[in-house]
Amino acid sequence: MPKRSAETVATSPEAVASRLAASRYLADESLATAIFLAIRLGKPLLLEGAPGVGKTEAAKAIAEVLGRDLVRLQCYEGIDAAHALYEWNYQRQLLAIRHAGEHEVDIYDDRFLIARPLLQVLKAPEKRVLLVDEIDRSDHEFEALLLEFLSDFQISIPERGTIRATAQPIVILTSNRTRELAEALRRRCVYHWITYPDARREAEIIMLRAGDVAEATARAVAAAVRDIRARPLAKPPGIAEAVEWANAATILEKGGSPWPEAFRRAIGVLIKDEEDLSCIAPEFGKIVEEALA
Amino acid sequence: MSPAALPQGATPFLGFGRLLRRYGFSVAPEQVSGFMQAVTLLGPRSMADIREAALATLAPPPDRRDEFEAHFRSHFYGSTAAVVGGEADEETRIKDDGETSEQEIEVVRQEQGGELSSASEQLSVREFSRDSDGLAAFRRKLATALPARRSFRTVRTHARGKLDLRRSLREIVSADGDIPSPLLRRRQTVPRKLLILIDVSGSMKLYTSDYLKLAHAAVQGADRAEVFTFGTRLTRITSALRIRDRDQALARAAAQVDDWDGGTRMGPTLLAFLSVPRFSAFARGAAIVILSDALERGDHAELETALRRLSARAFRLSLATPLAGDPRFRPATAALRAILPVLDDLVDGSSIAGLTDFILSLARPAPAAAAIWRRVS
Repeated sequence: MPKRSAETVATSPEAVASRLAASRYLADESLATAIFLAIRLGKPLLLEGAPGVGKTEAAKAIAEVLGRDLVRLQCYEGIDAAHALYEWNYQRQLLAIRHAGEHEVDIYDDRFLIARPLLQVLKAPEKRVLLVDEIDRSDHEFEALLLEFLSDFQISIPERGTIRATAQPIVILTSNRTRELAEALRRRCVYHWITYPDARREAEIIMLRAGDVAEATARAVAAAVRDIRARPLAKPPGIAEAVEWANAATILEKGGSPWPEAFRRAIGVLIKDEEDLSCIAPEFGKIVEEALA
Repeated sequence: MSPAALPQGATPFLGFGRLLRRYGFSVAPEQVSGFMQAVTLLGPRSMADIREAALATLAPPPDRRDEFEAHFRSHFYGSTAAVVGGEADEETRIKDDGETSEQEIEVVRQEQGGELSSASEQLSVREFSRDSDGLAAFRRKLATALPARRSFRTVRTHARGKLDLRRSLREIVSADGDIPSPLLRRRQTVPRKLLILIDVSGSMKLYTSDYLKLAHAAVQGADRAEVFTFGTRLTRITSALRIRDRDQALARAAAQVDDWDGGTRMGPTLLAFLSVPRFSAFARGAAIVILSDALERGDHAELETALRRLSARAFRLSLATPLAGDPRFRPATAALRAILPVLDDLVDGSSIAGLTDFILSLARPAPAAAAIWRRVS
C-alpha cells in the first residue's frame, strides 16, 4: 500500500471509518472520531477496554491505512529503558576496539547502536506507527519514562546527545485496565474506551474476518456470544474467539455435524476456562437455540 | 486568557470543563483547550460531534461514564434529569478509601439456610482500647522476612553475577583498551506484596481490634502491603493505616468501615474484591493472609469459587482462624472442608504472637494445609 500523509487520510471521521473498513477493521463512529482527532490533533491515542475487544487490531489497521510499518512495544512488569529506548551493542564495541589496534575507532558510532521501538519510531516518524501494548502491565517508573517521551518526542543518549523527531509520530497506547493509569498520561492522550460491539456489528466483523461463514451462522454466533458475555464468567470471550468459533463450527458442519451439535462441539475455541465451561454447559443448548431462532 | 477575551461561542465548552471539575472529575486546562480544538476540527456538524469530542479529550473514567453523560446532557441540552444509581438489595458495596464515591458491584447469591452468622447488616462504629504490645519487632523484621521474587531490574554486585558489559566497557575505554577485573551485575530480588483481608463480622468481634493493630504494623513495615476489611461490605483501609501514629490510624480505619460486627457474606465480598481489576491486581503474585473464622452464612459455593480464584492469582493463600487456637479444632465444617484443598496454610489466628510468627515465616516453604490437617485428624 502506498505511503499517504496523515492529513489526506483523516479528512473526516467517516473517511477514517471507511478506510479502516477497507483494511478489514470495522470501527464504530465513536472510535473513528477518536482516531481522527488523534491524528489531526497530533496527540497519542489511548485505547482502553476488556481483553479481546480489538485494541491491538485497531492499531494494526491504523498503520495499514496510513501505509506505515507498525512498531510494537509489548510492556511487561520490569520493562526498562534498554528494552524500550536503545542499547549499545557491547560485543561489537569490544571487537572493534580489539580490531582497531593502533587506529582510532569511534565506538559510539551508529553501527553499535541497537534501536529499540521508541528510538526506531523517532528516527522515521513518517514511516512508522508506534504501538505501546498493554501499558498497564509495566510499572510506574516506565510510565513516567514514557510520559517524558510522549510529551517531547526526544531521547537523550549521553554518549551522543539528544535525538529529536523531525515530525510528530503517531502513537497508540493500549491498556486492559488491570490497574489505573497515571492521570498525567491519560491527560496527554486522546482517550477511547472500546466496548464489545453490538450483535449486528459483531456479525459483520465475523463475516469479514472468518474464512467462509454463512451470514446466518455469523448472526447466530454474534447473538450467542453476546448472551454468554452477559454471564458472570472469569474470562468472557473476545471478538477473536467469536470469529474462531464461527469458523470452527462451519468446518464441523461441513464435516457432517448438524447445526446445534456443531456449535457445541466447537465450544473449546470460544471458552478456554474449565470453570467457565462447567458454568455455561447446563444452559448452552438453550443459548444456541435462542441464537439460531 | 480571561473568559472575556474568548469568542462568545467558546464559553459553553469552558463552562463544561468547570462543571466537571466541580463534580470531582479531574480535567486539566490543556484538556479543555484540546476539547475546543477537537470541536473545531469536527465542524461541529451536530451535538453528537461535540459529545464524541468531549469523550475523547476529557477522558472520563469508564466507571463514571454515565455520570459524565448526564452532566453533558444537563449542560448542553439543559435537561435536568440526573442519573441516580439504584441501590439493589443484594449488591456488595465497595468502599475504596482513595476515592470519594462508592462503587457497587452486583453479586449473584443463592441462599440455602445456614444459621451461624446473621444476614442482617448491623452498621455500627467501634472504638478501640489503647494498649501496647510487641508489634514493633514484627514491624522491623517484616521488610526482610517477606517472600521475595526476582525482579527484572539488575543491581551492581561484587560476586555471584553476570558480566556487566556496559560498565566494563566504560572501564576498558578509560583504561585505554586494557581489561581490568570485570564488573558484575545481578538480578535484583524484591519482596512480594502482602495482602491482608480482615473479617469484621460479629463472630470475629473479639479479634478484629488485634487484627487491625497487626495490619497497621504490616502496612508500616512492608513496602507493598494492602489491607481490606470484609463483612457484609468490602472496604479498603490501606491508606488509613499508612498514618504512622497507630491510634490515629486505627481511629481513621474504624470510621471508614461501616459494617462492624454485622453478618458475614464472605464469598460474595471476596468475589466483589476479585471483580475490581485494580484490587485483584493486588492479589497477583502476592502472599494473601485471610483473617477469618470462615463461618459462611448460607451456601459456601461462592466462597469456594472466590478462594479458588484467589489462590490461582496468589503466591501463597493462607487462612488464619481464631477457632484453630483450640487444640480440639478440626476443619470439619462443610465450608472449611470445601476450601481446604485450595489453601496453602490453615493456621491458628487467636493470638497476635502466633500470627506475627506465621507471617514472618511466609517465605519458608511448608506442606499444604490439606496434608497437615489430614495427618492431625
